[in-house]
Amino acid sequence: MQKIGVFVCHCGTNIAATVDVKAVAEALKGEPGVVFSTDYQYMCSEAGQNLIKNSIKEYGLTGVVVCSCSPRMHEQTFRKAAQSAGINPYMVEIANIREQCSWIHKDIWSATEKAIILGKAAVAKVQLNAPLTAGESPVVKRALVIGGGIAGIQTALDIAEAGFEVDIVEKQPTIGGKMTQIDKTFPTLDCAACILTPKMVDCAQNEKIKIYSYSEVADVKGFVGNFTVKIKKKARYVDEDKCTGCGICTEKCPVKNVPNEFNMGMDNRRAIYIPFAQAVPKVATIDANYCNMLKNGKCGVCSKFCTVGAIDYKQQDTIVEEKYGAIVVATGFNPIKLDDFDEFAYSQSKDVITSLEFERLTNAAGPTSGTLLRPSDGKHPHTIVFVQCVGSRDTSGCGKTYCSKICCMYTAKHAMLTREKYPDTDVYVFYIDVRTPGKNFDEFYRRAVEEYGVHYIKGMVGKVVPRSDGTLMVQASDLLSNEQLHINADLVVLAAAIEPDKSARSLATMLTASMDTNDFFTEAHPKLRPVESPTAGIFLSGVCQGPKDIPETVSQASAAAAKVIGLLAKDKLTCNPCVAQANELMCNGCSSCEKVCPYGAITYSDKEFRMPDRTTAIRRVASVNEAVCQGCGACTVACPSGAMDLKGFSNSQIMAEVDAICK
Amino acid sequence: MQKQDKQELILRISGVNARKCMRCGKCSATCPAYDEMEYHPHQFVYMVESGNIEPLLSSDSIYKCLTCFACVERCPRDVQPAKLIEAVRLAVIREQDKNHMKKGDLPELLDEDLPQQAIVSAFRKYTK
Repeated sequence: MQKIGVFVCHCGTNIAATVDVKAVAEALKGEPGVVFSTDYQYMCSEAGQNLIKNSIKEYGLTGVVVCSCSPRMHEQTFRKAAQSAGINPYMVEIANIREQCSWIHKDIWSATEKAIILGKAAVAKVQLNAPLTAGESPVVKRALVIGGGIAGIQTALDIAEAGFEVDIVEKQPTIGGKMTQIDKTFPTLDCAACILTPKMVDCAQNEKIKIYSYSEVADVKGFVGNFTVKIKKKARYVDEDKCTGCGICTEKCPVKNVPNEFNMGMDNRRAIYIPFAQAVPKVATIDANYCNMLKNGKCGVCSKFCTVGAIDYKQQDTIVEEKYGAIVVATGFNPIKLDDFDEFAYSQSKDVITSLEFERLTNAAGPTSGTLLRPSDGKHPHTIVFVQCVGSRDTSGCGKTYCSKICCMYTAKHAMLTREKYPDTDVYVFYIDVRTPGKNFDEFYRRAVEEYGVHYIKGMVGKVVPRSDGTLMVQASDLLSNEQLHINADLVVLAAAIEPDKSARSLATMLTASMDTNDFFTEAHPKLRPVESPTAGIFLSGVCQGPKDIPETVSQASAAAAKVIGLLAKDKLTCNPCVAQANELMCNGCSSCEKVCPYGAITYSDKEFRMPDRTTAIRRVASVNEAVCQGCGACTVACPSGAMDLKGFSNSQIMAEVDAICK
Repeated sequence: MQKQDKQELILRISGVNARKCMRCGKCSATCPAYDEMEYHPHQFVYMVESGNIEPLLSSDSIYKCLTCFACVERCPRDVQPAKLIEAVRLAVIREQDKNHMKKGDLPELLDEDLPQQAIVSAFRKYTK
């Protein structure tokens, strides 16, 4: 029989306001094995922990039950306290009477009754607890960063700086991401390319960093410290090692009408292309959907002109397998499609554009070489209307329910730059709220209004109607003057909501990392662990976790790198000792457990057994690789003969808990 | 009827949760009858939300609404301002306990240029 101590926490008023903690401590005194029971204001405080430690020594306790918050919160705290007082940390059980009791109930009487029952269940479990010792697993000292935008680049650079090897997987032919398409950055207005391209070059030159461009993650296996990842290198039909990036092929290619995604389809590129001049790696890629040679075998112009023989029409997708200790997700975002917003005439008029298209129209490397011209007729626009919150803060089902966070600032930037470069232009910004939290952000927005004379109007645009004279009739509300406005605009710019990249969902499944309803990755704790996924060894960087601007993305990227470095700096990781164990005498060799194990931790082997009649029989039985097992418990459910058990959560322990609850 | 009762009546008839409004004004921005109305769609929502129903009941605006549902279609928060306006209209009719005109009066008032939707809407208004 164990000698069990029960410690009931008030958690200030968090628990004590809805649960009669003294009654809980009193009621649990009578449970079998309980030799000591008390309550305390904050059990996690130093004084509270000392109370546990001293009681263990004073009463010679062999088991501890703490009735407190979720084990996710303080199980480790109490296990450490118990360990320092000389008992095995796995002899501590938590009865969650906060999240699962006081926070969700209003009535003190029933909440107290439930808290007592939860406490009884924990006592019944501790009765059957056995001391467990945690094993160790090695750490592969190499990190994978998925996504080569500014988030991925910064994370990779910081990890490499600490001396660890890091690979970047980028699905586009070049790293750089969305930031390469941006002209200037708020609130300092420095040129995006000028601050980004040196970092891209650093990545390429850093010997610790390997870039897999035009590649995708195809499969992820393993666990923290020991992931095995399959990377699909898509065929680019150009030998990366041979290509010098001279660009002669991209000038000679006869297929000239491929929409250029780098310029948001506002001009064309060739079927063989280098996305932009500062691309990293600066290697050409053949677009198989447009290349004549790949489609019907008639052309081969690029191959003829290539002086180094880098063109290889027979190239195939290849799969590379690598091992990593940590994985960082930095898959970024895209503006939403505006097909559901007919009222803004986005698909009817070329002169209704998104903000990212506007960036390209004002960028020196863009389709108009940086001169702001209307896409329809190439004329200077004289009246420009910016519409904010297009698809953001939208609960009607057309858009996204969240605030995209970056639009207020980049619209202020666009409006300001337009007024500076073209002072004869009238610029209107229609806003619902202007949200500018951030260092020097509100000053920036006010500068657009006060110094540059941008007309900020509180209200939304109701509709945009293309007219026969080529202008756009914008009908909008001015809520402050209580008027309906009709503006004849030359250009309408829509601040489209941003959403996580579509690849994120399938990636989350591969990584077993959780996502929210908007497909943003969930963090382990929204305040205290913002760059970690709840899945150990998976870290989050950039917009894949939630909308954020460049300064915030870079901070988060470095934070994620710090976490990765902390992990890779360890030689060994302490394993979870709550792993599966096969009772070989009961195992019937059916392989059910092997089939359901998601980690491949179970193997079968033939073993000799002494039979009751003193003969020897050879039977096929399961065994668990404890370093690989993650303790998910799938095998214990699948096993038809009850041979599989999870240490620390054995079938008998769970039944004892159920019995205690139903008693 | 008390101020709060009137507000509850309008909310009950319309089934609209006026608190969902984030005051973007897209309803008024899209409204084709805006210039005809004393109180515009976004004001309807705000006045109902704040319980200021009396001016709406006596305003001509409730008969100027075309019930075209453009505001309902465009509202990013799914507030459905047209339903609120309709509810105020109904509240007026129910309160007075009489019809403003008879069904039989309608045909000669109809203009052939009148939009279909307005005709349907007129029948809805006057045949309750």
